[in-house]
Amino acid sequence: MKQIDLKNADPERVEKQIEKVFDIPSDECIKISAKLGTNVDSVLQAVIERIPPPKVHRENPLRALVFDSTFDQYRGVIANIALFDGVVSKGDKIVSAHTKKTYEVNEVGILNPNEQPTHKLYAGQVGFLIAGMKDVTEAQIGDTLYLHNHPVEPLPGFKSAKPMVFAGVYPVDQSEYNNLKSAIEKLTLNDSSVTVHRDSSLALGAGWRLGFLGLLHMEVFNQRLEQEYNASVILTTPTVPYKAVLSSAKLIKEYKEKEITIINPAQFPDKSKVTEYLEPVVLGTVVTPTEYTGKIMALCQARRATQENMIFIDENRVMLKYLFPLNEIVVDFYDSLKSLSSGYASFDYEDAGYQTAELIKMDILLNGNIVEELVTVVHKEKAYTVGKTICERLKDSLPRQLFEIVIQAAVGSKVIARETVKAYRKNVLAKCYGGDITRKMKLLKRQAEGKKKLRKIGNIEIPKDTFIKVLKTQPNK
Amino acid sequence: MVPSRVRIGRWVAAARAAQKRPRVDGLGQPRRSESASTRAALYVHWPYCEKRCSYCNFNKYIPRGVEEGALRNCLVTEAQTLLRLSGVQRVDSVFFGGGTPSLASPHTLAAVLEAVAQEAHLPADSEVTLEANPTSAPGSRLAAFGAAGINRLSIGLQSLDDTELQMLGRTHSARDALRTLAEARRLFPGRVSVDLMLGLPAQKVEPWLQQLQKLLDHCDDHLSLYQLTLERGTSLFAQVQQGTLPAPDPDLAAEMYQQGRTILRDAGFRQYEVSNFARNGALSTHNRTYWQCGQYLGIGPGAHGQFVPRGAGGHTREARIQTLEPDNWMKEVMLFGHGTRKCVALSKLELLEEVLAMGLRTDVGVTHQHWQQFEPQLTLWDVFGASREVKELLARSLLLLDHRGLRCSWEGLAVLDSLLLILLPQLQEAWQQHRTPSPVSGG
Repeated sequence: MKQIDLKNADPERVEKQIEKVFDIPSDECIKISAKLGTNVDSVLQAVIERIPPPKVHRENPLRALVFDSTFDQYRGVIANIALFDGVVSKGDKIVSAHTKKTYEVNEVGILNPNEQPTHKLYAGQVGFLIAGMKDVTEAQIGDTLYLHNHPVEPLPGFKSAKPMVFAGVYPVDQSEYNNLKSAIEKLTLNDSSVTVHRDSSLALGAGWRLGFLGLLHMEVFNQRLEQEYNASVILTTPTVPYKAVLSSAKLIKEYKEKEITIINPAQFPDKSKVTEYLEPVVLGTVVTPTEYTGKIMALCQARRATQENMIFIDENRVMLKYLFPLNEIVVDFYDSLKSLSSGYASFDYEDAGYQTAELIKMDILLNGNIVEELVTVVHKEKAYTVGKTICERLKDSLPRQLFEIVIQAAVGSKVIARETVKAYRKNVLAKCYGGDITRKMKLLKRQAEGKKKLRKIGNIEIPKDTFIKVLKTQPNK
Repeated sequence: MVPSRVRIGRWVAAARAAQKRPRVDGLGQPRRSESASTRAALYVHWPYCEKRCSYCNFNKYIPRGVEEGALRNCLVTEAQTLLRLSGVQRVDSVFFGGGTPSLASPHTLAAVLEAVAQEAHLPADSEVTLEANPTSAPGSRLAAFGAAGINRLSIGLQSLDDTELQMLGRTHSARDALRTLAEARRLFPGRVSVDLMLGLPAQKVEPWLQQLQKLLDHCDDHLSLYQLTLERGTSLFAQVQQGTLPAPDPDLAAEMYQQGRTILRDAGFRQYEVSNFARNGALSTHNRTYWQCGQYLGIGPGAHGQFVPRGAGGHTREARIQTLEPDNWMKEVMLFGHGTRKCVALSKLELLEEVLAMGLRTDVGVTHQHWQQFEPQLTLWDVFGASREVKELLARSLLLLDHRGLRCSWEGLAVLDSLLLILLPQLQEAWQQHRTPSPVSGG
């Protein structure tokens, strides 16, 4: 039982609950505080005393699971392995079940916690192995290693933790794409709980959709990208893969299938050509102390979730099953849930296919001209909220121009949200004598150069920075 | 050889006599008896101040004991050198800026003027302006400046609100300023200008308009309105960054400017430049040289100049800046006769860009005749007549292009820098097309 130092902690009550539900005597429960260091040493003792040794077969051919790895600039990939069968020594030739490539073992050893090289590693042991692997992709987490000429049934591998928070990740400039790509690859090698998918945005170019265990995980990852790999990154609200069932014969022929996945909002087929739209959904399970039930149910309802089931585990806890549209939980649902319940509620989810959804395409217009980069696919219920947010962000980040800018969010011809940016009435250098002239001319010419690179919608100039400010994830108000 | 004590030179005597003659109300058109290539305006920089104002990023220093004699000798030497280098035969105007030029002794000013008059023709009634700080320019001192050859004063009043003056780090109060202004008008009637700032942190429109009205009761025939620009490195900038002071509100500043210029127009002032207002013909001829891209010589630490070094056989106009730091500048002047730190030739296109950008700051704008002097082949119609973007600006009544030339409208003047972002690229494009003949088809 951890975090007993917290204000909200109630170790005695939780102890009794555990006893009741799981039949674990409370005197077996080690109550710790990592922050204060309370009882932490007892944990190691208990691990040694209570956890049975692994059931392994030393005589069988080598079967080792790669469960982690780090990349060292000088020594190459250092794989952390757990041996289930057999023995591995320096000089052995081993094969990766995943890549089928052969390597010669340079070094093996145990970690206590620093590396301590040994001659061999035996079944039942956990240690490190270096075998001349140069690339991060050669040591996949969950891979099985066996001896050359002694192939084995691969181990079931790892069930990785489910990502709870997603973000679109883009380089600030497309010229940095490769740099960022390599940085993400290297970081995810040492952090296998991050899921990676390629994605792209009209405004920001090619990028990724990454999944994290939580908001903190995402922030740390982002910080490491910037500090360790010098990558400057834009984080955006990610998109989810919507689908449409086409009714128009022409389109079916064009796409070669009846049900298409909409990757780019600009491709969103019109209602008239579609039988139905579909959005991905997940079956989410929330377990929470009963006192937070009301707030959590309100949260779920606000996220368009439908309740499937509600079970009282005991007088103090309830399990709620809701069907959630995926796009409602990808950003901050998990953190909102944790925040509402002081951390006590838990959340897990599994893929539940697709459901019909009233999706619409929302356009953003500036003085009547559509801004392609900001077209959004959104559920009808959320159109106003999303539209208003985009309009407000645009109002705050669009630089003022010689004339007024009218910002509108529209669905078809219907305007659902609107903001304006006033024209500026003064933009002229006050003093322009002698020395000011050279400086002013330089500045004007530099500004004129910069203007050429700006995206122009009608007469309105939009710096890239504006797109970034509108698209990036912002902290909850 | 420079006189070491006050001695009335020939030029100063003639200048005093000229001052007593009735002033002719001109439209500000210079006589064209000599060609523009042998004329120039002269700027003299006095680098010292008593303290640094919180908004100032000019080339100024707080001295620990000024070696005025040495600085004077160097100013004289550099003036002589640059006059010879430029081949200028007639100096149309002189402007003593800084720093706080009213901290210099009248003797220094007279010495510089005498040296200039010896090297080139300095008409006795040419405009000689001194920037004056109200604290360091009591009546008696002003009279001495007049005796030394100064015939126009520019008073850095900035504000009539003592709290604002404190925020700006000025060394005078509103009352000091008005008193100096009255003294100045007595000694130099019709030849006094005042500076007023707008758009200060926390400043509101009504109180500022009241300042302007009050100033109108006391001022002479020339006024400069300057919107505050927060410059990085100044104390005011830092205070706003840290949040000690609120950032100036640009909408309020725009409102002050619009209402202010209207009030001045109704009071009989002509807004002849973005920030400058004059009635009864009291325009500054010196500043007009900048906006018309005439030649100007800059002497003193950090002074800027633009001229053709005809005296050295040159044909291209150059932009120069003198060494910034006074001690270093003096060393260089003593070694080489002048302390020019940087000298860059201007291309024809660059000069045209300046003609456009500077000319449009004035109410007259860029006339066809004026443009022709710099670019005889391409007319303003050729450059701007066909551009879609320019036509839009004309349609919006921000610009006018007609038989007189190209100029801003009343509304356009306030947003000139945005208009220039459309006009300058258009000029560049027209210039490129004019320079490169069309490619031969085929092959």
